[in-house]
This record gives sequence, structure tokens and C-alpha cells, in this order.
Amino acid sequence: MSARTHPSSPLRVSDHPFLRGMDTAFLELLGENAHERTFETGTLLVREGDPADEFMLIFQGKVALEIMVPDHPRTTIQTVGPGEVLGWSWLTLPYRWRLDGRALKPTRVLEIGAAHLRSILDDHPAEGYQFLLRVLPVIAERLENTRLQLLDIHGI
Amino acid sequence: MASDVATAGGSVGLPSRHPWVPVPFTVEQRSTETPDTVSFVLVPPPGHRRLSFRPGQFNMLYVFGVGEAAISISGDFEETDRLVHTVRLVGKISQALHAVGPGDVVGVRGPYGTGWPTEEAVGRDVVVVAGGLGIAPIRPLLYEFLHHRDRYGRIEIIYGARTPKDLVYYNEIQTWRSHTDLRFQTTVDTAGRDWYGDVGVVTTRIPDTRFEPDRTVAFLCGPEIMMKLTAEALRARGVADDRMWVSLERNMKCAIGICGHCQFGPEFVCRDGPVFRYGDIRRFFSVREL
Repeated sequence: MSARTHPSSPLRVSDHPFLRGMDTAFLELLGENAHERTFETGTLLVREGDPADEFMLIFQGKVALEIMVPDHPRTTIQTVGPGEVLGWSWLTLPYRWRLDGRALKPTRVLEIGAAHLRSILDDHPAEGYQFLLRVLPVIAERLENTRLQLLDIHGI
Repeated sequence: MASDVATAGGSVGLPSRHPWVPVPFTVEQRSTETPDTVSFVLVPPPGHRRLSFRPGQFNMLYVFGVGEAAISISGDFEETDRLVHTVRLVGKISQALHAVGPGDVVGVRGPYGTGWPTEEAVGRDVVVVAGGLGIAPIRPLLYEFLHHRDRYGRIEIIYGARTPKDLVYYNEIQTWRSHTDLRFQTTVDTAGRDWYGDVGVVTTRIPDTRFEPDRTVAFLCGPEIMMKLTAEALRARGVADDRMWVSLERNMKCAIGICGHCQFGPEFVCRDGPVFRYGDIRRFFSVREL
């Protein structure tokens, strides 16, 4: 899945595969509170425990999702890239990030304010339902992949 | 009958008076691939005919006084004066194989089994997915593609392992990744801070893989659950079951389709496999007892 965008052209909500095809007016509402950001290699996009204030659409780059285990080195459990979303901690209480997200290369994202987005989803239930139907497969796929990682299939 | 059985692999193999008699090969070189995986270069006795095998086939390697195990051939089929095998430390026989070194003698029977049907891939795009030590029977296939690159369309290779230090043939992977006429992706299940590659199971790389579904063939080798889920992901992209091939692994004893230890449904992995068309055996992947 790739996000169609030239490295130097402005990012648009409607160009991201996660949202592509949704109602135009709904996307315009999302875009009203969308801000482009670039994270340099090695910088944190999100930190575990911090308020999950933004919904992030990744257009370019690569993000390592890391878990910090006391007395152990940091472990990357997944990487996400163009066309993917960073996570859904902004969608569920207590609205705090559950992982660290670190840029493995220069990463461009569109951030949409989480409170604004939750308000839009509440006010537009039909589009909100469609939005959740797109979130659920992401969660399901990551859960399935995590199960495979837990099985340690390469060690079998 | 005995000679027919001995050359059941369909290639000019080893001189054999009897299908159970291994030929003594000498270990020329031993190299460590990962903490639990080693590769051997084996050379035949003097005066031996040139060796040949098809990518995907296996030999029975015999550690005298210990026992023998089925090990995929992992070297280049164009090198007709030596065999290469890659062995992971999992049991008594592999432990004994890990202990041999240059100058030691290992018995060899084979080659056995079906190989990767590369003729099915001529003129088509190719997707190759390997997991863990599944890269070993895949490596001869990659040599075929590199030796005859102009025969094939787009080539996409995905290789996954548990961690970066479990990637087998690490140095060679860097060479493969440098090729501009094929794409080689690696991914691991977990990694530390010094890994800048992808993290996630191999199926997470499928969406980013570029091929024309109706003119693509796929070759898969690794844990069966990996192959099953990869096949499902490729099917979702439009690749038909009858254009996917998988390599299975079962405990083997005779390697010539007699003892039944390697039976997989109605098939004998040693004789009818280890490479199978996925469409022919897909239904057995859901049978728990198999």
C-alpha cells in the first residue's frame, strides 16, 4: 500500500490509502485540522505514556514501534511505513500512547488533532462508522501478526 | 529396480550399489551462518561423476555411527564438483553434523524429491517468500534466477527471520539486495536499536510487493503456518493456487517412498515432494492431524 505523493508536494488527507474513497465533505472536515510534520531519523514521533493527541497518517519514511522493558534493551516489534497509520491509542481511553514510535528514516506525516477527530466521528455517525470499519482491519491484522510473532514460528 | 530407485530424483546423482548405501563425502569447509546454523561444503570421493541436482531437492546426510537426516541442498547447481548443505541445530543428528569439520567424512544419499518448477516461471513475474531456514532450499532457486535473469519477469523476494542475527547467508543477502534487477526485502519478528530494516512477519511485506497477479508464480518455503498465510495473502492479491509452490518438511527415514514416515495425506514428501503445487495440497493444511 503506498501513499501517492511527490516528496515535495503538500500532503493531503484524501491522498492517503487509509482514507481514500471516503466522503469528500468528511475528508474536508478532517483536513481542516490536519498539519504536516517531518520527523528526522532517530526522533520520536510518539512516546509511551504521553497523551495521544494526534491521529497520524504516514506518507513517507518508516517508523519503528518500540517497547521499553525495564532492565532490557529497547525492542522493535513492528515497523510501519507509507500508506499506514501510526496507531489507535487516540481512539480509546485513556488516550495515551502504548508504544514509542521512532523514525528510522526521514518521515512525513499528516497529523489530525485527536479531540477534533473524535468530535467529528461523534457528529457524523455514518462516516464515523465507515472510519471505524477501516480501523478495525488494521487492528485485526496487527493482532494476527503479533500472534504469529508470539508463536516464534521461526523457532519451531 | 535398485538403480532405478537410487536415481529416483531424476538426475545424474551418485553411484550407488544400493539405495541405502551412502557415498562418503569429505567436508571441505564449514562456516557458521548464525548461532545455531552452519553450512558445509562437501566434496565427493576421487573419480566420482559430476554432481547434479535440481533446486529444491535434498540429500540424506549420514553421520557414521549416529544416523542420517534429510537436508536440503543449499548450494549452486552449476557447481558440479561439490555440494553445499545448511544445517540448523535441532536434534541428535544435526548436533552431530554441527560437530564435524574439514576433513571429516559424511555419508550422502541422493538427491531426492521434486525440485522447484522453474520452467513454470519462465516469462512470468516471480514472488519468492522464505522464512527462517526456509532460505536454504530457496537459495539454489535464487542462483537459477541470477544465472538466467533474462528468462523471468519481475522478481520479488521476501525473507523473514526471528531476529537480525538469525538471518542466514547475511553477507550474501547484502549482495542480493544490491542487484537492481530484482528486489530483496528482509524482515524480522523483533529487533534492537541497531536494526533499520522492517520488523513484522513476512506477510506484512506482501502489500508492498509489486507484481502482475495473473502472470505471477510464487515459491514459498518456511514454517507451514507462514506458507499458509503467505499463500492466502497472495491469493488475496490475485495469484492462483495452482501458480504457487511450497516446500514441505517431514521426518524422513528411507527417502525413497517406502517407509511412510514422511506421509502427508496421500503424498510422500520424499517422493512426491518436498516441492508441491499449493493448489494440490491446500486442503491438507487445514487437517489438524497432519
